Amino acid sequence: MESTRYLIVGGSHAALEALAAIRMYDEEGSAAVLTRDTGLPYSPTVLPYVVSGRSQPERVSLRGEDWFARNRASYVTGARVTCVHPDRNTVLLSSGMEMGYERLLLATGATPALPRIPGLAEVRYHVLRSMDDALGMRAAAARARRAVVLGAGLVGMHAAENLSAAGIAVTVVEMQSRVLPGYFDAEAGALIESVFSERGVEIMTGCQAIGVAQRGEGCLLELSSGTTLPADLLLIATGVTPAIEYLRGSAVQVDRGVLVDEAMRTNVPNIWAAGDVAQARSFFGGARVVNGILPEAVEQGRIAGMAMAGDPALAEYPGGVPLNTYSFFGHHAVSVGIDEAAAGSQGLEVMRRCDAAARRYLKIVLRDNRLLGIFSIGEPLDGGIMWQLVLRRTDLSAVKDRFLAQPQATGRALMSKTWR
Amino acid sequence: VSGFNTIAFRGEKCDGCGECMAACARAKTGSDDVAGARLQVLADNGAFELALCRQCADPRCVANCPAGALAKDETSGVVAWDGAKCVGCLLCTVGCAYGGIAYSAAAGHVAKCDACDGAPQCVAACRRGALEYLTAARIYNEVGELEDLFVPGLGGCQGCNTELIIRHALRRVGPDTVLATPPGCIPGMGTVGYNGKTGTKVPVIHPLLTNTAAMLAGMRRQYKRLGRDVTAMALAGDGGAADVGFQSLSGAAERGEEILFVVVDNEGYMNTGAQRSSCTTYGAWTSTTPVGSVQRGKKQDAKNLPVIMMNHRCAYVATASTGFMEDLYDKLDRAIAAAKHGFAYLHIYSPCTSGWRYPSHQTLEVSRKMVQTNFVQLWEYDPERGLRLSRSLDDPLPVREYLRLAGRFRHLSDEQVTHIEHRIAEQVSYLRQCAASPGTRH
Repeated sequence: MESTRYLIVGGSHAALEALAAIRMYDEEGSAAVLTRDTGLPYSPTVLPYVVSGRSQPERVSLRGEDWFARNRASYVTGARVTCVHPDRNTVLLSSGMEMGYERLLLATGATPALPRIPGLAEVRYHVLRSMDDALGMRAAAARARRAVVLGAGLVGMHAAENLSAAGIAVTVVEMQSRVLPGYFDAEAGALIESVFSERGVEIMTGCQAIGVAQRGEGCLLELSSGTTLPADLLLIATGVTPAIEYLRGSAVQVDRGVLVDEAMRTNVPNIWAAGDVAQARSFFGGARVVNGILPEAVEQGRIAGMAMAGDPALAEYPGGVPLNTYSFFGHHAVSVGIDEAAAGSQGLEVMRRCDAAARRYLKIVLRDNRLLGIFSIGEPLDGGIMWQLVLRRTDLSAVKDRFLAQPQATGRALMSKTWR
Repeated sequence: VSGFNTIAFRGEKCDGCGECMAACARAKTGSDDVAGARLQVLADNGAFELALCRQCADPRCVANCPAGALAKDETSGVVAWDGAKCVGCLLCTVGCAYGGIAYSAAAGHVAKCDACDGAPQCVAACRRGALEYLTAARIYNEVGELEDLFVPGLGGCQGCNTELIIRHALRRVGPDTVLATPPGCIPGMGTVGYNGKTGTKVPVIHPLLTNTAAMLAGMRRQYKRLGRDVTAMALAGDGGAADVGFQSLSGAAERGEEILFVVVDNEGYMNTGAQRSSCTTYGAWTSTTPVGSVQRGKKQDAKNLPVIMMNHRCAYVATASTGFMEDLYDKLDRAIAAAKHGFAYLHIYSPCTSGWRYPSHQTLEVSRKMVQTNFVQLWEYDPERGLRLSRSLDDPLPVREYLRLAGRFRHLSDEQVTHIEHRIAEQVSYLRQCAASPGTRH
């Protein structure tokens, strides 16, 4: 039986970062990265751009073969793990092969979460999580004239914009009352929505599909509002769920995702998890959360790799902070941290300014003069600096007025002082 | 792992003139609009801070890129952006804690510093020295490849930079060397070895304080007679060189013996309890120049040994400091070359944490301030070109900024400080005259 010291299941950001972190401390231990995919590693985040044609599929690789060679790791494609046996320290592959490990990282990411819509199984629809998904949708988009996107999260909104830019009539259907509900409040959501409407993208919020049926080459959706929508391209973008099927029946504890501690350890010795599959502490307290965003996958992958290698420089995971960047029709939005809806209004200070006509919006949420969240559209911000100010609980009392007026310049000066 | 060049920012020298940003904008966008500059100087309560890419060793912007559009160049160290691959998602900006990569409205995409292919325009435009392009990484890269010719674990005092000097110097000189280390800190640290074993991988002798240069002269001549081209090198202290060893040093220099004579000047006999030497500064406390109700430290001025050596018309004479390693390395190279045909003398100012009484983490700060205040001066000399200043003597920092760093000067009266200032002015004036007079080439 083949066996390796470090076995990494999954081939995207968390996995690659973990391997890099392992090699910072352990240059020698054997390592293997297993991926279900057939090619070099890529990021799910790039897929909307493959659909739109901005990215060429053969040019989106995160690492080349030479990188794996330099890091003395084998990169095994077409390797789907179907079962983990912690008692034997092995994993079982769909090929029937068993592979041994000393230390195992589960970085299997997430799969699209499908809503329960009667008739969905009988119609042709798209999801956007793998390169195959992206290539399939790119081909379909070339023929489509009328598209419906279910879900107004980042994937759905990106797709809607790109489909619209390709000349397709697009309708976005969102169950919640606004677009991008995880990242922006109603006011900011309305601003984003108005840009889409102006560009001819129809957005229907507070509305869900209650049925779908084949019609001609496409399908016809029945909505909770009582209306129907025809589509020759249907994209399901109603979120993702951690890919943990293969762990059923194993001793690895799961909830929504794989439960991990502040070093990304699972409850089972020698098994770690990181990235979209992991459910870890939140920076803001409370129950453990799945924070399925790219920068967190990198952060968690780094920590898991250091822990697996036994790197004494390991600092524990500070906890997940929701954050993202979002560019749409030439506008740029940044969301870092939590707002008053999530934080509870106790002791909060909320500054907001909005100029909808100029497409500018800024909201800053402080507690005890420390940043909890900052959300902007059309207002330049360094997401990385804001993230650090949140994580470090930087006391802003001395610079508060300046920070509220000019968060970018003030944040930059604060961080400059910390490294100079 | 390689070292890389880097752009350093000294906020205390910045006056916010913005020339760096204008130069960057011109170079990168063709416009004077500083909004397009890839470095941003930020006013902060009368002081200045900087947002600029640090070209991180382990860049998080690269890790955060979903499109493979960012990569660290393993030769230059620059984190490079590939516009053909970038999808404009801005996730790289979430990875940066310094504001070093940000969306540029002028460019329509993220923009970051690329160090202008090794000739950063911002640094060239900075008139106050607030931005500096540090290239000392090449020393690490080049010398790191050379063999370390000393035993591990030389026993110096905490914070002493002599180990740095002796390891680097011998790496550079290489294995075809015979080394003399007369009594002082350097053999005391273990270079000569213990219990019948040497502390070096080259032949090492432990001459008397008095005869170092004479012994080395004989060694070099004998090897030459045998047809072997070895470097005869001394690592001596200022006591051995300037005081009791001076007769043989002066004689060897006058005869033009082919020797590389390195003096590590810590201004005293520090390994035996910090007694004064003729290189000890006026006013300084040592164990033999005490501070009490009558005496207030050393009564005499220091002997300027490198100037005396220059007046021997040696093949090469230079002063150097570990606060300025690139300069030290250049001079070491020239000294090694000169020792093949004449007497080469390298004088390295080397602060002593225990004898000068400053905290052991302050050695490089003391080294730098010593030079920046003109307390010592960096220059080099060869007979053909005469004396050349290695850095400007204009606009020095006030000498008190150096004197306040070390306990050995804490008692100085204003009169004593004035005396020191006059002595510095006299030496600076002398060196300027020397620098203005031509060598034999003219």
